[in-house]
Amino acid sequence: MAQEAAKKPPHAREDFISGQEVRWCPGCGDYSILATMQRTLAKFDLPREKYVFISGIGCSSRFPYYMNTYGFHSIHGRAPTIATGLRCVNPDLSIWVLTGDGDGLSIGGNHLVHSMRRNINFNILLVNNRIYGLTKGQYSPTSPIGKVTKSTPEGSIDYPINALCIAIASEATFIARTLDSVPTHMGSVLERAMNHKGVSFVEIYQNCNVFNDKAFEPVTGRDMRDDRMVILEHGKPLIFGKNRDKAIRLKGLQPEVVDYKEGMDSKGFLIHNENDPEPNYAYLLTQMEYPSMPVPFGVFRDIKKPTYDEMLNAQVEEAIKKRGKGDLKELIYGSDTWTVK
Amino acid sequence: MEPMADLEHQAKIKTRKSLAEARAITVRFAGDSGDGMQLAGDQFTDTAAVMGNDFATLPEFPAEIRAPAGTLPGVSSFQIQFSREIIFTPGDFCDVLIAMNPAALKVDLPNVKKGGLVFVNENSFDEAHLKKAGWKANPLTDITLKDYQVIKVPLSSLTANALKDHPLKLSEVERCKNFFALGIVFWLYDRTLDHTIEWIQKKFGKRPEIASANVAVLKAGYNYADITEVLPVQYHIKEAKLEPGTYRKITGYEATAIGFITAAHLAQKTLFYGSYPITPASNILHELARYKNFGIKTFQAEDEIAAVGSAIGASFGGQLGITGTSGPGICLKSEAINLAVMAELPLVVIDAQRGGPSTGMPTKTEQGDLLQVLFGRNGESPIAVVAPKTASDSFRMAIEAVRIAIKYMTPVIFLSEADIMNSAEPWKLPELDSLPKIEAKHPASANGPFLPYRRDPQTLARPWAIPGTPGLEHRIGGLSKADLTGNVSYDGPNNQKMVDYRANKIRGIANDIPEQEVLGPQSGKLIVLGWGGTFGPIYQAIADLKAEGIQVAQAHLNYLNPFPKNLEKILGQFQKVLIPELNSGQLLMLIRSAYPGTNAVGMHKIQCQPFKVEEIKAKIREFI
Repeated sequence: MAQEAAKKPPHAREDFISGQEVRWCPGCGDYSILATMQRTLAKFDLPREKYVFISGIGCSSRFPYYMNTYGFHSIHGRAPTIATGLRCVNPDLSIWVLTGDGDGLSIGGNHLVHSMRRNINFNILLVNNRIYGLTKGQYSPTSPIGKVTKSTPEGSIDYPINALCIAIASEATFIARTLDSVPTHMGSVLERAMNHKGVSFVEIYQNCNVFNDKAFEPVTGRDMRDDRMVILEHGKPLIFGKNRDKAIRLKGLQPEVVDYKEGMDSKGFLIHNENDPEPNYAYLLTQMEYPSMPVPFGVFRDIKKPTYDEMLNAQVEEAIKKRGKGDLKELIYGSDTWTVK
Repeated sequence: MEPMADLEHQAKIKTRKSLAEARAITVRFAGDSGDGMQLAGDQFTDTAAVMGNDFATLPEFPAEIRAPAGTLPGVSSFQIQFSREIIFTPGDFCDVLIAMNPAALKVDLPNVKKGGLVFVNENSFDEAHLKKAGWKANPLTDITLKDYQVIKVPLSSLTANALKDHPLKLSEVERCKNFFALGIVFWLYDRTLDHTIEWIQKKFGKRPEIASANVAVLKAGYNYADITEVLPVQYHIKEAKLEPGTYRKITGYEATAIGFITAAHLAQKTLFYGSYPITPASNILHELARYKNFGIKTFQAEDEIAAVGSAIGASFGGQLGITGTSGPGICLKSEAINLAVMAELPLVVIDAQRGGPSTGMPTKTEQGDLLQVLFGRNGESPIAVVAPKTASDSFRMAIEAVRIAIKYMTPVIFLSEADIMNSAEPWKLPELDSLPKIEAKHPASANGPFLPYRRDPQTLARPWAIPGTPGLEHRIGGLSKADLTGNVSYDGPNNQKMVDYRANKIRGIANDIPEQEVLGPQSGKLIVLGWGGTFGPIYQAIADLKAEGIQVAQAHLNYLNPFPKNLEKILGQFQKVLIPELNSGQLLMLIRSAYPGTNAVGMHKIQCQPFKVEEIKAKIREFI
């Protein structure tokens, strides 16, 4: 289905822009996600009619209207269910589920978990801004404890959920994190998601400049991000810092930051392995949070496993091979009939 | 006594007994849920079918999988009426009760006709079992059963005796006793053993010792009834004069599943069935899952919402999306059904109604969801509703549901009931080649920009463009849609226009469904109007009254939204319309509001049990 991204893009970004007026607030991080998605798809040979964007409810769920592809803006939290049915009857489409921290982790948490554990072949983009934007500013399942919002004037007393932990616990086969403010990083992650067969789960840190401005600023802000983000690269040690002077190693079961100098033997440092079939290492990465640790971005996990849709189609084919193509006459007139004259 | 007496000896004894003709007989098998009563009932039913009787069945089982043995909640029963005449009900009261233990006797004695036969397994009437069933004294020795012909049979010990030379474990021997009981009833009604023997040999093919034990016990039961003096008269029930044709026995589940498989075939679509386990709808999922070689895809979803969502996704993808559930599941699905209303996609939702509200009585029947499926969604949200009236009728109505969903791009509710699903009856097999194709139209290209909400002027359906088709890229969703383009629109007058379109679309289906038929007089004092599973008892009540010279009309609805267009005219021909329902008057409310001039009265039963024929007869008499 998905082709390797060619050097000269077969499509232009404009091919994927629908005529609909984009109605996110000025300065919203969703603009950058939309543009990056359009640019990414332009790199692939797949024609535009083969893409379907399915969303739930929330600011980011308006996404399908702005893509000149097939699209379905569904109901709150249920986009993965519609994508599941569509995938089960059509193996050729490239299907993208657009969801947010409220849509995907609160009202639609059940579907998110189950579509990931089934490894259905579609891509889930969870746009996380740690707030309910469309309903004008209530705390979300990813808001930190103590968060003061309209619905929590004394501060939230809900412990937040970590989207990537849910993805790992659900044994998703592709798990990544990226951010709205670095489109090149986002583009490379989206390309990887597109190429992955099976479920791809991508969390995108996104800034809601109206209701939760600068929520990720301490980590992703231009001045400090080199020291507070670690970019994951398969097979390479976890090194970060403005001067690439820090590395991560394990102390017992806990990661810790140690000094690093260019040219040092990387033995003893954590070497990133996306393909680890066990989830433990990827889970450990999800626990690295600011301020105690740098926050990892990139592909946490990329493993191969048969997909639900593949196995479903195989069972149908096998049944036809074993029992012959279903004969309706046989089914109706089959056995134990009697005739009245 | 020699249970396995030689044939010559049997023949000699047989001549001593008399053989009488009977018109219709109702038998009820009752025992612990582990006693194999459903199996005995099924075998009795199959045999009635191969012997050419008409029949109707009613299995009843507890909601608990295995309630404690010997207790009242653990009783499982199976009732069948079989007849030489055309019948549509499993019988109000039974002529014969087979009670395998004191609990079964306690639960089911009220279902026996006065003077009826009561077989009891004498071995189970010990102090412990009597106590578990709440009998203060042994009903076999006091006056409890004075109005019945009681036949005490030591079923357990006779079974053990018949199997003394068989290499079976004690527990396995005990489990054969349902076949002893079945053998007795087979003799009583002059049934052939062939069908059941064949079935046993096929079923236990891998365990020949079990097969031969069950056959031996079945024959021992038959011979016991033949030889001993307990049953002086044997009854014969002739073949019924069913319409000429080829028949098979069918349950509502099977007819529903086969109906949808056939509909998918007629529409040349892949049937995608998304469902979450729920009583009494799960059997449809089980049935369909067996037919993968028909290209059917079944998906057991994580919840009711995912089930309907996946079906909508399949329909969006251009295939036939169906979901199935019962009342509590409809509650959960209603937001998604409304999405399909707004997106105008074909979708069939099966509701196998059960006793409510809330969890209610999961294994029992009711008609309580009619208003829910019609109105249980936010906003103006009309959808089509069809309802089968018997088990076999489910086949025809399943095809209708799919035809309407695809032609009108709308969700359709297939409103069934627990008793329709569970019951069995003879099904006159349709001519497959004469069933009309269901035409699904998919645009292949557009002249200029594609307009996903440009409607067919006749049906008002919008085009069904399948993702993957070049040039037809478009977006749909739950937000209010602009006419033609389907773009998001907050324009008030446009919203009203779209609401009107959808309402008129559903109303227009009335021109595309058969006119309502009336059985009996076409005008007069009283017409009985029903829908769904009440067809049998209403039909029987009217037939019985006709035999007495009382003429009453019957109209039974298969289409609940929209109503057949001649319905108002029909009802206007009668002074009174009686509407019996297994709810507190839901169709009654609809009829009163749709046709205010109609003099409609209701008849309500909300006991999670079907109407008895006698109840309906008594109600009709009030008005005649």
